[in-house]
Amino acid sequence: MSTGRIIGVILLSAFITFGLRALPFVIFKGDRELPVKVQLLGKRLPPAIMSVLIVYCLKDVRTSFMENGIWELVAVLVVAVSYKWKHNTFVSILLGTVVYMLLLAFT
Amino acid sequence: MNKPKNMSDIRKRAFVKSIPIMCSYIFLSIAYGMMMQNAGLPWFYSMFASAVVYTGAFQFVLITFLSSGASIATIVLTALLMNSRQIFYSISYIETFRKMGKRKLYMIHSLTDETYAVNYTIPEDEDREDVMFYVALYSWLYWIGGSILGGIIGQLIPFELKGIDFCMTALFVIIFIDRWESTSNHKPALLGLGASVLCLIIFGPQVFMLPSLLLVSGLLLVSMQLEHGKKEGDE
Repeated sequence: MSTGRIIGVILLSAFITFGLRALPFVIFKGDRELPVKVQLLGKRLPPAIMSVLIVYCLKDVRTSFMENGIWELVAVLVVAVSYKWKHNTFVSILLGTVVYMLLLAFT
Repeated sequence: MNKPKNMSDIRKRAFVKSIPIMCSYIFLSIAYGMMMQNAGLPWFYSMFASAVVYTGAFQFVLITFLSSGASIATIVLTALLMNSRQIFYSISYIETFRKMGKRKLYMIHSLTDETYAVNYTIPEDEDREDVMFYVALYSWLYWIGGSILGGIIGQLIPFELKGIDFCMTALFVIIFIDRWESTSNHKPALLGLGASVLCLIIFGPQVFMLPSLLLVSGLLLVSMQLEHGKKEGDE
């Protein structure tokens, strides 16, 4: 592929991605008040999306259960239990990630 | 209270918030830079793509497209399908970004799964928008920096760091627990969980994100409709 074409394909991808990110701003442009429904949806989406993102991170657990899926679940449990106990974000992230990496390395 | 803003304090807050993103982005983008290099695309292409496209999974797919020469239609369609979840992220931030003046376009461009999640945890104080901006900026720089690094010195890095990207999963789990404890309305979280597990089973791990987000938005709208008239208010 020529340099020009590579740059072109990257720019095209950038354009599409930015367009998708900007779409809600284009639909509700200017400073006019957002419809109440959209405001409310915007407020309720984050907790729902957080669930979707967790499922996204664990999407391969089922298909690779015996290799690392099971360790992912163990590490999630470590994070959840330690966070419930101490409520310290960094301790829980560190603990969960280290446990997961060790489990991967030694199995 | 209208004291001048302490920018170094704001940057520090943003940096601390961005640390989990750093762990995830740097290693993922180093892997990206390496794969680009292996496909015959040197670091400046990785830097350019990471700066202007700035989306995880799709950039990896793009490597194959760039090295194999896929048709424009394929590229457009894949970009649309893989990145349309971004639309849903923007919905939550329409009002916030509107207030951010010149930074608005950059905030839209820099919205990712991770910055969406982290910026959602920033308390609604007077510095909120500034902290959000720096979280977005730092995350973007981690991603670009790692892409360059991967292209240049990728071969020198021992890749025994397998599994480090789990820090992002951990962060999402923590945010989930935090929000769960701070509200009595668990419906959105549960609908999200149910919808995404259902879609994962039906559509499989490759393509379930978009149907999940569509389904959960639909369900949220329906449940809002049902509540309407019963009571007003939220959270």
